[in-house]
Amino acid sequence: MDTAVLTPEAPAKAKRAIGIETVGMSKIFGSLVALDDVSIKVKPGEFHALLGENGAGKSTLVKCIMGFYQPTHGQLLVNGHETPIRHPQDARAAGIGMVYQHFTLVPCLTAAENMVISRANVPAVIDWKKEIGELEAFMDSMPFRVPLTEPVATLSAGEKQKLEILKQLYLDQRFLILDEPTSVLTPSEADEVLGLLHDMARAGDITVLMITHKFREVTAFTDNVSVLRRGKYAGGGTVGELSTADMSRMMIGEAEIRKSAERIADVESSVELELAGIVVKDEEDIAAVDGLNLKIGGGEIVGVAGVSGNGQSELVEALSGQRPINDGGVFINGEVFDCSRSGYDLFKVFGLPEEPLRNAAVPRMSVAENIAFRTFDKAPEANLGWWLKPAVMKNRAAGLIERYRVKTPSTDTPIENLSGGNVQRAILARELSHDVKVLIVANPCFGLDFASVAEIRAQIIDQRNNGAAVLLVSEDLDEILELSDRVAVMSEGKITYVAPIGETDRNTIGTYMAGH
Amino acid sequence: MNDGILATILISMLGGAIRVSTPFMFVALGETLTEKSGRINLGLEGNLVLGAMTAYAVSYHTGNPWLGVIAAGFAGVFLGSMHGIICSLPKVNDIAVGIAMMSFGTGIAFFFGKPYIQPSAPRLESLPLGNWSESSSLRQALDINPLFFVGIVVAIAMWWALANSRWGLIVRMTGDSEPAARAMGVQPHQVRIAATAAGGFLAGVGGAFLSLSYPGSWNEGLSSGQGLMAVALVIFARWNPLRCIIAALLFGAAGAIGPALQSVGISQGYYFFNAAPYILTLFIMIASARSSSSAREAPGELSITK
Repeated sequence: MDTAVLTPEAPAKAKRAIGIETVGMSKIFGSLVALDDVSIKVKPGEFHALLGENGAGKSTLVKCIMGFYQPTHGQLLVNGHETPIRHPQDARAAGIGMVYQHFTLVPCLTAAENMVISRANVPAVIDWKKEIGELEAFMDSMPFRVPLTEPVATLSAGEKQKLEILKQLYLDQRFLILDEPTSVLTPSEADEVLGLLHDMARAGDITVLMITHKFREVTAFTDNVSVLRRGKYAGGGTVGELSTADMSRMMIGEAEIRKSAERIADVESSVELELAGIVVKDEEDIAAVDGLNLKIGGGEIVGVAGVSGNGQSELVEALSGQRPINDGGVFINGEVFDCSRSGYDLFKVFGLPEEPLRNAAVPRMSVAENIAFRTFDKAPEANLGWWLKPAVMKNRAAGLIERYRVKTPSTDTPIENLSGGNVQRAILARELSHDVKVLIVANPCFGLDFASVAEIRAQIIDQRNNGAAVLLVSEDLDEILELSDRVAVMSEGKITYVAPIGETDRNTIGTYMAGH
Repeated sequence: MNDGILATILISMLGGAIRVSTPFMFVALGETLTEKSGRINLGLEGNLVLGAMTAYAVSYHTGNPWLGVIAAGFAGVFLGSMHGIICSLPKVNDIAVGIAMMSFGTGIAFFFGKPYIQPSAPRLESLPLGNWSESSSLRQALDINPLFFVGIVVAIAMWWALANSRWGLIVRMTGDSEPAARAMGVQPHQVRIAATAAGGFLAGVGGAFLSLSYPGSWNEGLSSGQGLMAVALVIFARWNPLRCIIAALLFGAAGAIGPALQSVGISQGYYFFNAAPYILTLFIMIASARSSSSAREAPGELSITK
């Protein structure tokens, strides 16, 4: 098919794609205006990007389109006609399908079972021979395919993401909403999937609305962009005519952002962290970390990149003492480090694990108590190691809350009531307000807004400049490229590639991430 | 001589296995269905006892034991749907409700069952499948109650339906991923209430076997924890109805060791051998707690695996 002729502006040639338009859509939850008079138009056959920070109202908008929420004001037009959508089923009937960030596949069912059961008209008795035959034929007509008869639990994250998209196409949904579809994919898988969707949109088969944070994907694959900020439409236009700087200004407004801390060259430090032949087994007794070797010197950030699920979380959990290390050892300055609380104190090791509310905090304990986890049983917060002094604890917490700008109603508020950025700041306050020799960081900025991200990254660089050895495990390649002095790639539980930041590039790292 | 004794023991264990396994099989199949939908019903012991009482009473009043079996099933549906509905209320724990339902079921069975301890009700006729044999012990062992075959048919039908029917897929989907089920417009609570009620029916039928076939009378000590052991059996069978048959036979055989040994005159350690099913339960629980494949096959929404 001649794709050059079929521009997205040619709805007459669009075969089956549908277009939608929101008109003055608002959603108010109590006193919170989550969405304020947003009108966006997505034409048939268009690949449209929806940009915005966390909490900007992207998911509220999409949930209104999908029928999970009823908009307080405003209408939805499908192909120019007003179409009220009251349930997700109405959206499905209108041909609007969504691929969620978390998977909605049923793990114990096979790919074929998942696809058939999601159909609106499942026969009471399923003739698997016929269904599998039809699914095979459907897969042949699609640009990518996944194994049909394996349980979904055994598929890789990339295959699951592809299956989610295939499922929507199998259901004949011609307007696809994708919520950050590439976060679990390698760069090359992401390019493959987005490229194919782009081609299908060009051919007029589908219309795509993609929620994303990644400017690279916006410029490479999408036609138009709409930006939301604080629930309002902040701007948009044709991708070619907007620069990345324009888009980021629309996203974050004119707010002042703390500049990345200056990186001091050649920091003097005597610290050395060595991970020697570490083996960590997962719940199913399979080595998730399989003989990993890595050395990190003081004054250096080593960024470990990798597709999620290659043993990164197991590695961080083992280093945090949440999981036993089955073989190998961790050495700091040549001495054995046992990942226990006393080891953490002795070697001045600190950590910022991913999902801090789950891994680094007790959600229902107060902010002050959470901030005191490293010090509550030591003077001056305790006598003899067991007689605690809550007043001293609260005082110290109050000081740190102010210094690290944690927004909390009081020191006694349960930490689970704080926003994600403030939980992360409270943990930063606990972990970084000491003399740090070794810092273990995992996905520190996941799900945070721009301002918090810049601040947290600056804190990490500060620690490096002060001579700490920093291990940064992240699924965000941009974060790794921004922060690291050296980049390592983790694939199937091993470090497969290490290079100084100046001697590598995104493509090389991507190739190793894909396991080549 | 020794061969003769061994053969006698094996034959009476076979007969015992078939007899004792039937209630295990029904309760385990009911529990499998319930757990496949993502709920645990620990109250099936109550269904078993109430089913036994109901079956005996209805059989006594109508003179038709099969009507008793059906009535026992509906007594099970009553308890099962009660469990299902209570557990659908917000923040209700299915395990705690199960234990309450167990006490409730046995309690009302004892309350209404008092007048039926003395009278004798018509029992289910066994099928004499061993008539071809010379050996009387083999003939006795092959005197099989039709409910045993019903159980096997139910197991096969359930196994088939879980893989090949819309209902089967919906039950498995609900049991493995509630968000996915909701996303497809399925109401998880309704599916679970239905699955718990249907599971309760099967457990009730299992109870009918106790009072109408073997041991074959109604009294308050009729069930000795079969309903609870069946829960362990489901884990052992890894939520597969076909494996439930095998697991039930194994438990039945273990339960038959004591009587079998006694039948050849070995009464030493009788009580120890009678405890065999309980010991087996203990070992199975330890072994399956360590088995990762069992963890993998457990439905994802079960409150104990989450």
